[in-house]
Amino acid sequence: MIPFDYRRAEDAADAVAAVTTTPGAAFLGGGTNLVDHLRLGVAEPDLLVDVTRLPFDRIERLPGGGVRIGAGVRNSDLAADPLIRQRYPVLSQALLSGASGQLRNLATTGGNLLQRTRCVYFQDVTMPCNKRAPGSGCSALGGYTRYHAILGASERCVATHPSDMAVALSALDAVVVTQGPGGERRIPLVGLHRLPGDEPERDTVLEHGELITAVDLPDLAFAARSRYRKVRDRASYAFALVSVAAALDLADGRIRDARLALGGVAHKPWRAVRAEEALRGAPATEESFRAAAEAELDDARPLDGNEFKPPLARNTLVATLRDLAGEEDR
Amino acid sequence: MSGLLDAEGTRAIGADLERLDGPAKVTGTATYAFEHRLENPAYLHPVQATVARGRVTAVDASAAEALDGVLAVLTHENAHRLADIGDAELAVLQSDAVAHRGQVIGAVIAETPETARRAAGLVRADYEVRPHDVELSAERSDLYAPENADTEQGDLVSAVASAAVSVDRTYSTPMEHNNPMEPHTTVAVWEDAGLTLYESTQGAHDVRTTVAELFGLSPERVRVIAPHVGGGFGSKGPLHAPVVLASLAARTTEGRPVKLALTRQQMFDLVGYRSPTIQRVRLAADAEGRLSAIGIDVVAQTARSKEFVEQAGKPTETMYAAPNRRITHRLAALDVAPPTWMRAPGECPGMFGPEVAMDELAAACGVDPVELRVRNEPETEPESGKPFSSRNLIACLREGARRFGWAERDPSPGVRLEDGWLVGTGVASSTYPVNRIPGSTAVIRFGGGRYAVRIGAVDIGTGTWTALTQIAAEALAVPVESVRLEIGDSALPKASVEGGSSGIVSWGSTITAAARAFRDRYGTAPAEGAEARAETPEDTASRRFAMHAFGAQFAEVRVHADTGEVRVPRLLGVFAAGRIINPRTARSQFIGGMTMGLSMALHEDSVMDPRFGCVVNHDFAEYHIAANADVVDLQAHWIDEEDPHVNPMGAKGIGEIGIVGTAAAVANAAHHATGVRVRDLPITLDAFVR
Repeated sequence: MIPFDYRRAEDAADAVAAVTTTPGAAFLGGGTNLVDHLRLGVAEPDLLVDVTRLPFDRIERLPGGGVRIGAGVRNSDLAADPLIRQRYPVLSQALLSGASGQLRNLATTGGNLLQRTRCVYFQDVTMPCNKRAPGSGCSALGGYTRYHAILGASERCVATHPSDMAVALSALDAVVVTQGPGGERRIPLVGLHRLPGDEPERDTVLEHGELITAVDLPDLAFAARSRYRKVRDRASYAFALVSVAAALDLADGRIRDARLALGGVAHKPWRAVRAEEALRGAPATEESFRAAAEAELDDARPLDGNEFKPPLARNTLVATLRDLAGEEDR
Repeated sequence: MSGLLDAEGTRAIGADLERLDGPAKVTGTATYAFEHRLENPAYLHPVQATVARGRVTAVDASAAEALDGVLAVLTHENAHRLADIGDAELAVLQSDAVAHRGQVIGAVIAETPETARRAAGLVRADYEVRPHDVELSAERSDLYAPENADTEQGDLVSAVASAAVSVDRTYSTPMEHNNPMEPHTTVAVWEDAGLTLYESTQGAHDVRTTVAELFGLSPERVRVIAPHVGGGFGSKGPLHAPVVLASLAARTTEGRPVKLALTRQQMFDLVGYRSPTIQRVRLAADAEGRLSAIGIDVVAQTARSKEFVEQAGKPTETMYAAPNRRITHRLAALDVAPPTWMRAPGECPGMFGPEVAMDELAAACGVDPVELRVRNEPETEPESGKPFSSRNLIACLREGARRFGWAERDPSPGVRLEDGWLVGTGVASSTYPVNRIPGSTAVIRFGGGRYAVRIGAVDIGTGTWTALTQIAAEALAVPVESVRLEIGDSALPKASVEGGSSGIVSWGSTITAAARAFRDRYGTAPAEGAEARAETPEDTASRRFAMHAFGAQFAEVRVHADTGEVRVPRLLGVFAAGRIINPRTARSQFIGGMTMGLSMALHEDSVMDPRFGCVVNHDFAEYHIAANADVVDLQAHWIDEEDPHVNPMGAKGIGEIGIVGTAAAVANAAHHATGVRVRDLPITLDAFVR
């Protein structure tokens, strides 16, 4: 570990100013990912600005019917919140499927969005990785790819985003509120994370010093009947091989609207717009679900070592929709 | 009955005694190696090779040495010369050669662990890189036969060719890494021309002997202290590089203690692992499933620098009757770290292929898998021809089947769908030999109304503190409160290594002999200071008998019809392992082994990246072991087994048998659930998702 300075931010403006003016500075939330990176040598910040004392620890109703989640709200508090459990169960389920109780007690909403890939090559500083050391090459290509992308990857990077929460937020049309050197911004969550392209070192569109202060959830009535399904190699405490966040709006056996996102398949939470499109107006049948899944996964390109992922993603999507539709029938 | 002194009114053996070290452990006062409080310790962090083969041409430690708090940087250029004891793994920093990626090529000693770690990252090494080769396959042209690799009786090939039913399949088990909760840890103090090691080890005296030899010291000048060890599973049996490195460092900081605890990532480079195995299994049987031939051809890997043979063919010498039998072992010598012991080396991987093959044979013959095993029960040990001192495999199978509800089982695979999950059940046998290691000594001394029982054994978390106290109490015919056990220190009388489930058998036999000597000499009213000693009695029984523990494991497996997820809601084992010294610690050992077997079945897989030559999934987020949610209904039972031959206690070792056969039972149940036969571990959803 390399020595670094640490300071506790007085307020958001102070935090933003401190990081903006120091090129090697980083915000410190729960630290569940960043502290690992300090130990591993993956991150070598000069300054950590602790934002956990800032007043972003509340979950509030918004005037238009939505909900605002403070960026400092801990994952366990968010998962247990009655409003979230009732109106956005997919989010609560996604949070509870991630990490362990101890980690969820520490991890924050903002930090969870900004966690970095668990690609084993990214986490080992003795190996080439374009995300960690731009231009050094991608070791995952031709290597261990079980947790790697099948959608939207590039030749530079095939890593996946590890968050479960972000997949649910993507499906829920969440909006990320930030404060940066240029003032406040509102970024739709689907646009927060990037595909790797030629710059895999950039996970998100945030600028250096731009602080996430809140995540807004729109009023989405049918999200009360939503679900998160995470498929993994052990029953708990594992990253998703594939996950599905889904909400269905059904009437008279037909699908009026749907929200779908996939995890474990891309460099970002993968909003399944093609599948949603295919479902709108279709009968709520196995055939419709399968057609929607096929439409979404048409472009899926597995790597040597994760050929199971397209059929797994398809089956999981279909099964989740089937379960949701069945639930609505009751 | 037990061969012990006639105990009047005490029945210490078999008592459900709570762990004597339990309160200290749960209150955090039991000292593990790293926790020993010593004045002004320095900290050590290894520098590891980033190439898999070659030599170090230059080391630039200037940046590391310039850091505040760095005391010294060790390299092969400045390290103390060790005696050559013919073990390349222990010749730490003795040459510029790199035999595997991750090998220790240097180390930093610093004031804090953080400084040591940072400085280690600043040490730059240049290499002359040579091409490396780390890929195991059965098709390699350079496979070789180690010593005593092969045995053959009759004619396997002809028997298979002429059999009514045969199985000829290849199975594999992956590389797996020992990961005890407590990593390998050494605190080394060099003073007064001697060395004290607070060591996380399975054998204090073995460490003393080897380290003394390496450093040219008389053994009395080396003391190894290990009162509590947080798991070993074999990797803390033989010595590995870290203890040598810490000793080298302590020699340079003479008088100042040096502390080394491996990181989890380093555990995947420096302390051994279970070799991957490829097993071709051949079975030949008549239409009723009576075996005429068994064959197993094992291919495993070893390090080019040091040979280790994973004896996966061993259990086939013992398990089933068949007049024709062939067992072979072949090795590939690769540019990898040396493999080592991992819980039930040989038996554990070696009961995967054959026990799945038995399930395939049962299906081919239309015979129930329990019944098939019963039909092939041998009268004497097939390989040696010796009678068994006791063998209760059939009793375990029958009792397990009864408890598990096997009778209602429909043998058809892939036909039970419950709530979206395909459900199946499977069975496999377990076995593990009774090993007694000679050469321990126990001393019993009476004073202050209590009996001090001294032997340099170690408790690696198995319950040795408690079980040896019980054995001593029974042998002396006194209550356990009257025994004060002293273990965990090489200053105590010499004890053998805890390996091969031999601890209780070897040390217990020795303590029993000492108790007998004590009572013979002093009767039941000894004077203050009365003392007697004994060495491990000779194991004459093993000349006349084949001595093994047996067991049967039953698994229920659920495979999700959509996603292929594999879960094991139920695992039940019944064991016949002689007399159980303490049912509480024994149960813990059995279910611990079964849990590790479950882990092997579904999760554990050290992924070797052949381009780099090392394991890339080297932490607990990526290298999965079974977590709480994976272990649901897990039961271990045993039958009361009387074995008058094995040793005076009538006990068989139980540390390893629990892991043997578990993975096969799970694989067999997964086949019953889905109709898909998985022959390569671990069993993951890839095999089932379509």
